[in-house]
Amino acid sequence: MSVRERRLGAFCAAPITLFLALGFLAPLLVVAAFSVMPSRVFDLAHVPDFSAFVEFVQQGYWKSLAWSIGMAAIATLILFVVCWPLAWAMVHVFGRFTQIITALVVVTLIVSENIRLFGWSLTLMKGGMIEGMWRSWTGAGFDGLLYNVPVIVFGLVYVYLPFMLFPLVQGIAMVPADAPHAAADLGATRRQVLLEIELPLASPGILVGSLLSFVLAAGAVAESKLLGGQAVIVISDDVETAFTYGQNWPLGSALAIVLIVLVGSLALFALARLDLDTVMGRAER
Amino acid sequence: MNAAPILRIENLCKRYGDFTALHGIDLEVPDGEFLTIVGPSGSGKTTLIKLLVGMEQQSEGAIWLRDERLDRLPANRRPTCMVFQSLALFPHRSVGENIEFPLKIRGEKKPVREQRARELLDLLRLPQDYYKKRIDACSGGERQRIALARALAFDPEILFFDEPLSALDYRLRKTLEKELKALHERTGKTFVYITHSLEEAMVMSDRIAILRNGRFEQIGPAREIYTRPQSRFVARFMGDVNLFELRGGVDGSTLQAQGLSAKPDALGTLDIVADRHNTLVVRPERLRFLGPESAAEFIAVGTIAASYLLGSRVQYEIDAEDGATLVVESAAEAVELSPGAPVRVGFDRSDVHVIAERAA
Repeated sequence: MSVRERRLGAFCAAPITLFLALGFLAPLLVVAAFSVMPSRVFDLAHVPDFSAFVEFVQQGYWKSLAWSIGMAAIATLILFVVCWPLAWAMVHVFGRFTQIITALVVVTLIVSENIRLFGWSLTLMKGGMIEGMWRSWTGAGFDGLLYNVPVIVFGLVYVYLPFMLFPLVQGIAMVPADAPHAAADLGATRRQVLLEIELPLASPGILVGSLLSFVLAAGAVAESKLLGGQAVIVISDDVETAFTYGQNWPLGSALAIVLIVLVGSLALFALARLDLDTVMGRAER
Repeated sequence: MNAAPILRIENLCKRYGDFTALHGIDLEVPDGEFLTIVGPSGSGKTTLIKLLVGMEQQSEGAIWLRDERLDRLPANRRPTCMVFQSLALFPHRSVGENIEFPLKIRGEKKPVREQRARELLDLLRLPQDYYKKRIDACSGGERQRIALARALAFDPEILFFDEPLSALDYRLRKTLEKELKALHERTGKTFVYITHSLEEAMVMSDRIAILRNGRFEQIGPAREIYTRPQSRFVARFMGDVNLFELRGGVDGSTLQAQGLSAKPDALGTLDIVADRHNTLVVRPERLRFLGPESAAEFIAVGTIAASYLLGSRVQYEIDAEDGATLVVESAAEAVELSPGAPVRVGFDRSDVHVIAERAA
């Protein structure tokens, strides 16, 4: 790379570097600093301690974290299983209809997540569309379908579907067209083609889709609030409460830092496991 | 070579909607033969290979492997194997893992697989340390050999090739053509090779089948197809050629064709068939320049239009008197003629092959 190219690269990256430094890194550092402040202070001029982290353990906030991580993991798994066949068909089967499906999925992103979730709330609640129709047909009602863990996971799957689907489509499109045919020609069954050829060659897409879905779902709050009610409290809910009603910035910061460190290291671990160049077959050795 | 056909294609027909890609073709391939199917793009050769390997199903007809209906087996259960045009190597696997793939699928243990892969590296003249090499670190020619090694690891009854050399540069292609022919002799396997390149076909094959518009135009040894083409299409497809079409009646003494004058009786001895469209085929190397005194049974007069040096030979294009263009090839040192020079060229009946086609 020439000196000129390097300078051009730095110049082109300057706006986003500045934006990320001010908009992402700076607040993060403030949050990190507050997380080691004593309880209920509103400035950083105090002797650092780890009381907020002790509170995280003793007050049972780790349970909220476990719920967030657990539901995000299950939602990601369901998303993969649901999206893989659809993505495969979008690449290999649907042809022109792929564009229509893409447009339909993108359209869902135009409407606010909260509004879409309220729509589900109206559909699933007691006296809502499903329970109400059931009652008018059978005469016997039930409690509605809201306020449980499965419905929260359903909400996560529903909201984060595009974030799994599109990376998977990209990943599957990256599988060289002849490779699955060649594998079958060499005797591989449909299952072996999937396991030996398609999944490994599509793994960059799988990884990106899974990371996006998992990270977003782990930090999600609207699904558990709107669909789950008080069935479980997720960690983001705790963070919000600590900063607002609780007026305990150090606690909120500590909870946020735990979530960020956990999700961040998971993401780094996953990305490091996978050498993108290896998978893409581009590296020179 | 065993004469019993290992592969038999019977009335094979493939239609896509209104379009017919293959019109009920028949073909028998003896065990151990190197058969090349040649055709221009759109001739149906890709369709044919897809039917052979099971990527498509035929509309009618049958494909037999010895006594077994090959076309009824799914692709992964066919005892045949194909080297793809793209080679279709697996970029996420090492060279060794690529070659071992069919053995892994069969459930062979790692030491057995590795031993076989290493034998195949030797057979394909690839260094042993390539076993752990990445596919993307290999050159085009090496990848070609890896793809071949992988196909041979499968130990197929028949090896199909779908233009695997088309992406390589000329010199490498020439080398690999000869290697492929040598490999065929070493392994004794049946090779069915598909290409649009006649040169490739001529160098390697025992027999050549010319495919055109979904029908076989001619099937035979390369030499026979070159010297005794059955149609003008095949004659032209096999390289530069002079075609003298006989128009109107043939009374035995004159030839109404492209300014050609023939000696009395010269035509009468040729295998001309009445009621057919007769064409005299004369290869450029069979036409010769005539001095003022020399004679030939068939003579044409014209001027040199252009000359091209082909290494040891020179090809001349001659504008004949009636506006036709003739092609003559002679040894480079034999004559030297500049464009515009008037020339007489001639040939004898022994230089002629007659094509008698049914009028379309």
